[in-house]
Amino acid sequence: MADGVAKVLVEVRGLKMYFPITAGLLRRKVGDVKAVDDLSFDIYEGETLGLVGESGCGKSTCGRALLRLYDPTAGSVHIGGDDVANASGDALRTMRPMMQMVFQDPQASLNPRMTVADIIGEPLQEHTRLTRQEKLARIYELMDAVGLNRAFANRYPHAFSGGQRQRIGIARALALNPRFIVCDEPIAALDVSIQAQVVNLLEELQDRLGLTYLFISHDLSMVRHIADRVAVMYLGRIVELAGRDALFDEPLHPYTEALLSAIPEADPGLEAARERIILKGDVPSPANPPRGCNFCTRCPKVMDICRTVKPALAEVGPGRLVACHLHPPPSDRRPTAADEAEEHPTRRSK
Amino acid sequence: MPDGAKPVLDVKGLRTVFRTRAGEVHAVNEVTFDIHAGELVGVVGESGSGKSVTMMSLLGLLPSPPADVQSGSVLFDGQDLLKCPAEHLRDVRGGGIGFIFQDPMTSLNPVFTVGYQIMEPLRRHKGMDKARARQRAKELLDLVGIPDAGNRLRDYPHQFSGGMRQRVMIAIALACDPKVLIADEPTTALDVTIQAQIIELVRDLRRKLGMAIVWITHDLGVIAGIADRILVMYGGQIVEQGPVAHVFARPQHPYTRALLKTVPSIRGARAAKLNVIEGQPPILTAPPDACAFRARCPHAFDRCARENPVRIPVGEGHDVACFWNPETGGPRHG
Repeated sequence: MADGVAKVLVEVRGLKMYFPITAGLLRRKVGDVKAVDDLSFDIYEGETLGLVGESGCGKSTCGRALLRLYDPTAGSVHIGGDDVANASGDALRTMRPMMQMVFQDPQASLNPRMTVADIIGEPLQEHTRLTRQEKLARIYELMDAVGLNRAFANRYPHAFSGGQRQRIGIARALALNPRFIVCDEPIAALDVSIQAQVVNLLEELQDRLGLTYLFISHDLSMVRHIADRVAVMYLGRIVELAGRDALFDEPLHPYTEALLSAIPEADPGLEAARERIILKGDVPSPANPPRGCNFCTRCPKVMDICRTVKPALAEVGPGRLVACHLHPPPSDRRPTAADEAEEHPTRRSK
Repeated sequence: MPDGAKPVLDVKGLRTVFRTRAGEVHAVNEVTFDIHAGELVGVVGESGSGKSVTMMSLLGLLPSPPADVQSGSVLFDGQDLLKCPAEHLRDVRGGGIGFIFQDPMTSLNPVFTVGYQIMEPLRRHKGMDKARARQRAKELLDLVGIPDAGNRLRDYPHQFSGGMRQRVMIAIALACDPKVLIADEPTTALDVTIQAQIIELVRDLRRKLGMAIVWITHDLGVIAGIADRILVMYGGQIVEQGPVAHVFARPQHPYTRALLKTVPSIRGARAAKLNVIEGQPPILTAPPDACAFRARCPHAFDRCARENPVRIPVGEGHDVACFWNPETGGPRHG
C-alpha cells in the first residue's frame, strides 16, 4: 500500500504521447491523436498500480511510452532515478534490463520459429555475457519460477496452451531481474479459469522478487484483486487515482462510478437489486476531444463549467486524486463551489 | 419454466464431430436442451467447451467437411432442422432464427452499406420491395437505438463504432421477427460501459418482442444479470442446467462451483489468492466414456473414471451430470 514511507520507483511527469494525423498528397500533418495527454503519477516500489479504462483510452499507449517503446511527445519518466523518456542510445540500452513488459496476446508476442529456451534466453543474449551453460541454467531457473516443465524447453510456442504461453512471456520478462514490469492486459486473451492461474503467478512472483507492476486491464474485478492503487483513464487522461478500497467503495469521478456500475456481477440477487448507470453514446475521438472536461459529452452530472474548463487532477484527500469540477481540491474550494455541486448533481445544461 | 407449453426449439442428442488430419475431435456430445417462447437461456463454458459449435450445428452453419453433425434432432416449428432440405434451412436462418455473432467487425460485410445488409433478409425472407424494406430497416435501426437512423442506412460498417456495429448486427438478426435469437458472445468484444448498453437494449427488446433468446458467453456476471435459465457446458456436454437464481445459489457440479469461485467480485472481502481450476480443458478425441472433468475435479472418485454421468434432476427444473453430491459430500445415489 502507498504509505508515506514507500519509495517512489516510477515517477511520471507531464507525459504526452501524440500521434500525428497526416492528410493529402504530401502527408502534411493536420492534427494529433492525443492518445496520452499530460499524465503525472508515481508508482511506489513493490506496489501494483492498476490502470483501467475502456479500449482506446490510452492505457496501453501509456504503458508503452513508460518503457520507451514509443518516443513520448513531451514529459519525463524516471524509473529508479534514470530519465527513461529522454535518454538515448547506449544510456537507454543499459536501462532496459530494469524495465520489462508482459504483452496481451501471448500468441502474437512469441516468435513461432524460436524454441521456448531461445525466447526466454534472448534477453540474456542481448544484455549479459553468460556462458552457454550459465544461460541454460538461468533459463531452467526461470521456467521453474513460472511453473513450466523444464522438459519443454526445446518446444515451440504452438505446442503450448494460452495460459502456458503467457507463462513463457512472463519468464522472458523476468530474465534480467527487472524492478518494474508493465503487464499490458496479460489475462485478457485467457479463459476465466486460466486467468486466475496467471494472476496468482504474478502475485507470487511479486512477493518473492519484490517486483513493481503497472497492471493494465479493462477487467475491473481482476484489478481490484491485484492492484494496491488504481488509476482510471478516460480519453488520454487520468480522471481518478486512489487506493484500491477507496476507489471501489466510494468512487468520486462520475466516470469511475459509471464504470463500476457497468460491471455485471455473478449474483442474480444482487444484479436485480443494483442500480445501473448506463452511459449514453461512445467515447469521443481522441483526435478531437471536447473543449472542457473530456467526459462532459457522456457525464450524467455535467454542469456548465464542465463544457468550458478542463478540470485538473488534484488531490482531494490523502492519496486520492480526482479530476472533476464536482470535487474541487480543498485548497481553492470556495464556499459556493461545493454547495452548488451538491445542489445540482444532475443538472444538465441546455 | 411454464410446463405444458411446447418449446420453440427442442434439441435432442446432438452430436458434432470434426474430422481433422490429426484425428477426430468430438466437440458436441449428446447435447439436449429446449427453449420456450420468451425465455432467455444463458450458455456458459470456457473456450472449446462446445458452446458456439452447438449453436452453429443447429442451423447447419458449420462447413462440412470437417464438421459432421452425426446424430440428434433439432425440432423447430415442428420440423427437424437436421433432416430438412437445404432450401428450408435457408428460410429458417435469419427468418425463424436470428443469429448475432461475436465480432461485429468480421461479420458485417465491409463493402455493402449497413442499410443494404439490413434490407437483405427483409427482401429475401419477407419478399418486401426496396422502398418498404428501407422503411423497415430505418425502424429497426431506431429500435436498437442508433440516432439519425434514416441517414445512417447509407453508411458503411467502418463508419460505426464497435457498440454501434453490434447494434446493427442485432437489427439484422431482428429484421424478420425471429422466434429464436441466438447471440454468440455478443458483448465479449465490447467495453463494459458499451456492454451495459447492449444488455439493457436486449432486455428492452425482449420485453417488447417476446422472443426466445440463447445468450452464449463466458461471463457469469452477464448471465446473472439477464438470463432466466443457465446451461453450463464442459467438454462438449451440458453438465448443469437450471433456473439462474437456483444454479447460482446452489451450484451442483464441481465445475460450476469452481467457475463461480474463480471470478473475483467488485465488492465484499478481497481474497488473498484467487481460486483456480488447475489444469486445462480436455480435447476429446473420442466420445466421452468417463466424466470429462474428472482430471481437474477435486471430488473425483473411481466411478467418475468408469462411466460418463448423465444429467439427473435435483429439483425445481435444475439438473446436473455428476456423481458427487455437494450436500452430503459423498457420491450421489442412483
